[in-house]
Amino acid sequence: MADHAPSIPRLPRLVGAAMRPLPLMPVSIALSALSRRIAKRHASMFRRLGEHGNKRFALDPTDLPMVFLMDLRGGKVRLSAHRTAPPSDARIAGPMAGFLGMMHGAYDGDALFFSRDLVVEGDTSAVVALRNAIDDAELDLTEELAEMAGPMRGFLRAAIAQAEKQSGVVLHRVDTLAGGWT
Amino acid sequence: MMELVCPAGTPAALRAAVEAGAHSVYCGFSDETNARNFPGLNFSTEELTEAVAGAHKRGAKVLVALNTFPRAGGEKLWHQRLADAEAAGADAVILADVGLLDYAATHHPRLRRHLSVQAAAANPDAINFYAETFDVKRVVLPRVLTVQEIAEINKEIDAETEVFVFGGLCVMAEGRCSLSSYATGKSPNMNGVCSPASHVAYAEEGNELAARLGGFTINRTPKDRPAPYPTLCKGCFTSENQTGHVFEDPVSLDARHLIPALAKAGVTALKIEGRQRSRAYVAEVVRTFRAAVEAVEEGRPMPEGALARLAEGQAGTAGAYAKTWR
Repeated sequence: MADHAPSIPRLPRLVGAAMRPLPLMPVSIALSALSRRIAKRHASMFRRLGEHGNKRFALDPTDLPMVFLMDLRGGKVRLSAHRTAPPSDARIAGPMAGFLGMMHGAYDGDALFFSRDLVVEGDTSAVVALRNAIDDAELDLTEELAEMAGPMRGFLRAAIAQAEKQSGVVLHRVDTLAGGWT
Repeated sequence: MMELVCPAGTPAALRAAVEAGAHSVYCGFSDETNARNFPGLNFSTEELTEAVAGAHKRGAKVLVALNTFPRAGGEKLWHQRLADAEAAGADAVILADVGLLDYAATHHPRLRRHLSVQAAAANPDAINFYAETFDVKRVVLPRVLTVQEIAEINKEIDAETEVFVFGGLCVMAEGRCSLSSYATGKSPNMNGVCSPASHVAYAEEGNELAARLGGFTINRTPKDRPAPYPTLCKGCFTSENQTGHVFEDPVSLDARHLIPALAKAGVTALKIEGRQRSRAYVAEVVRTFRAAVEAVEEGRPMPEGALARLAEGQAGTAGAYAKTWR
């Protein structure tokens, strides 16, 4: 009865090649600005992490030439880019589409684990807490970036939508509830 | 129409379930009073209150699972959670422990009581005892019965029945499984955790994924095979040169095609397992099953829908409903 789904999309090689020469420092600064903004707008996500809110998570997109370290120590969020996996409490590895798809409510983390698309090492408890906290936060990367782009937001939304269409990678929240909840 | 009872581990999952067509959603508090006491999961009292209000606005019910067994001397937490559930406006509580059922019937008589699958009431005598003694209105049947047996039970009881139709399967001793505690010191019925994540470690070793629970290697999954949950009951062990799943194969229940038979057997509600899963899982499974119960109600053929990729083992089984033992 098994009906294995088609594998989740991988980023085009061109994306990885284009990122390879990028200096790490500016990437880290941009990522930290984005993560601070998300942390401010989704404070409940960090409350949900509980005792795991002071851990370091290495997020290793296997189709990119970078590893991202999310460091939550000291009550702050710092996201930095590295060439190889830095020391961390837990490492999660898989295609970038998996990380973005989980974040946007398109993929189920357990299903990606069953299918071996996602690999987890280190503090499993912290990984489970992070997965649940992000899932509950209902994040939307497109909207976060658009809001940061000011008057360019319309252009950015269109550009991201085009990139999503071309790559098959989910770049926006897929389950937006019409009219809100309460 | 048969009632679809759907899981929610977070407020976002609850919203996803209701939007996808759940008639009822079951959830729990962020502590050991329920059998999914996982890191980052479950509801605060404030979140539950808001979730109940939102669900009611959309015509859906919220059932609160308080389905672990209180520790001697530690009952206060469970009693407090009963009060919290009632204050939040929950439509029912799902209980397993006889003492807690008695307390609920005495102190919260207007709060509807359902009997959890963890109580393992699998025959008319047991069910009638709970219904008569504690005014239990609905019983979640253990996953050990055939459809015919369920039909026979329904003829002899004065309570609604709810059965699992999708999701992870446990060994056939629900409410009495202590396997996890032998490796970790914690079990689902006492602590709300089977194979607690704090005791689980994965390692890529050569071409295999090694899963360890409390330091014991319980699975080595080759690269091209689906990975199972790290539970002892789904562990793959070697003994006398034979390697296999001693207790259970890592497959999940999918009884979609038995819905017409279950309706005929007098079942009131269909339950989907998976409070530990994401809102993506909840939305997809609930949508699929809502379409299925609507089709059954209207006499249409069962719509197709592929859910196996979401399931442990990436394969489905009809479980005990259609027994085909090895």
